[in-house]
Amino acid sequence: MKKFINNNDDFLIESLKGFGKAHSDIINVNLDPSFVSRKNKTKDGKVSLISGGGSGHEPMHGGFVGHGMLDAACPGFVFSAPTPDQIQAAAEHVDSGAGVLFIVKNYSGDIMNFQMGAEMYSGKNDSIVTNDDVAVEDSTFTTGRRGVAATVLVEKIVGSLAEHGGSLEECKKLGEKVNKNAGTMGVAFTSCTVPAAGKPTFDIGDDEMEFGVGIHGEPGRKREKIQPSKTIVGNILEAILDNLKPEKNEKNLLFVNGMGGTPLTELYLVYEDACQILQSKGIQVTKSLVGNYCTSLEMQGASITLLKCDDEILKHWDAPVHTAAMRWGM
Amino acid sequence: MSVSFLISQAKSVQKVIDENSAEIEILDQKIGDGDHIFNIQRGLKLVVELEDSIKDLSLAKALNMIAMKVLSGIGGSSGALFGTFFMTMAKSPDLDKNVDFTKACEMIISGINAMKDRGKADVGEKTMMDVLIPVSEKLDELKNESEFKSGLNEVIKIAEERMLSTKDMLATKGRASFLGERAKGHIDPGARSSQLIIDTICKSVINN
Repeated sequence: MKKFINNNDDFLIESLKGFGKAHSDIINVNLDPSFVSRKNKTKDGKVSLISGGGSGHEPMHGGFVGHGMLDAACPGFVFSAPTPDQIQAAAEHVDSGAGVLFIVKNYSGDIMNFQMGAEMYSGKNDSIVTNDDVAVEDSTFTTGRRGVAATVLVEKIVGSLAEHGGSLEECKKLGEKVNKNAGTMGVAFTSCTVPAAGKPTFDIGDDEMEFGVGIHGEPGRKREKIQPSKTIVGNILEAILDNLKPEKNEKNLLFVNGMGGTPLTELYLVYEDACQILQSKGIQVTKSLVGNYCTSLEMQGASITLLKCDDEILKHWDAPVHTAAMRWGM
Repeated sequence: MSVSFLISQAKSVQKVIDENSAEIEILDQKIGDGDHIFNIQRGLKLVVELEDSIKDLSLAKALNMIAMKVLSGIGGSSGALFGTFFMTMAKSPDLDKNVDFTKACEMIISGINAMKDRGKADVGEKTMMDVLIPVSEKLDELKNESEFKSGLNEVIKIAEERMLSTKDMLATKGRASFLGERAKGHIDPGARSSQLIIDTICKSVINN
């Protein structure tokens, strides 16, 4: 394992401290229990949005704390859900009286810890669970689909509504709509190495890829031989379109997300391939996002998310945002 | 059950888990993401380190401190589930009186029931509950017997059989559920760590 690391026990704390210093103009980092919050107090009457999850997905979620997006984020250990006391402390710190909306990715550990945190928090709160990963079959009897990259879009779009005075109920409703309108699927070329483990999570041949991979290196739909980008992108989009079934006149946001180890050059190539394929099917792409937003440490690979947009979603997507990882309009 | 019993069990379990850590890590890398063993080891270390702070406390207070430490120090599914287990045990009535075998069984059973509610998982879903639920049912049969040591041998056997039975299951809960058929052929890492915990504690009660 080659990583910038001093000792394993301090890995997360040292990284959080650096994050806090690098973005001290917009955020504060609280340690013990650890959470990231906005530098400026949430204004009275604004619903607070809190997300969180295991570390190793940076910039998600701490990088999305700031104007127009989250009020706080709770980082767990690498790939492990944060703890209820972190969630409770973050809620108590940011709630300005209008209530707290927890945005939770659909993983068992995240669900349980956020439930307990919400039970321990005495203020008004509600939560939404994202589950955009179409690689996994949905079923009421199972854990169901994973919450992955579309969580970024939910946080941006609901963040804007909250900034514009949306109520807790309205924020939850919009978040659920964005989640339902989004589909994601990812591919990995390499594994990632959890610092505590010191070795790659899975073995994968030089000529192989994991199709439908999750964001923790957990295996996906199937292991395949690597193919040209157009073929990979075509297969991903087929799975997404099967699921979302966008209408020809609908507007869409196309989000190409890097897993951490794939350069932007390749991500833009993927974007070009995806645009061409969607155009050939008569599907309109009107908004874009390309970059490393929901990563799996140093994994090479990418996910594609398609989000069907109505006017409400478009308006809140375009609204100003100022966070460590996303900034426009201000 | 006493505070000194809890402390000595935590130490024995820590030793056994450390001895088997490589195996559990590999199981989790096969069907999960490899964090389970680190979470369990971190939790046990934190509990063992509590010794000086809890050794003179009442059982209820000690259990509460263990619960809060597990809940805030582990994270992931294990932290929430084992935290729920200890929190429920700490809330048992009459902890200031003598906690005999019957009472201890009742506390463990209620703790496991609370884990089942929290994780919404039942037997047959390839999780730690595949070991813990049958163990809790057996303890319910045994709790009023005066000669319970032979019964605990059966608990050890049940835990092992149920741990092994997760090998051929499809997972419907937890991170392995995303794998479909590919999860088959691997024992669930949470079932293995839970079985080791049950095995260690039962053997220590039998030998005392």
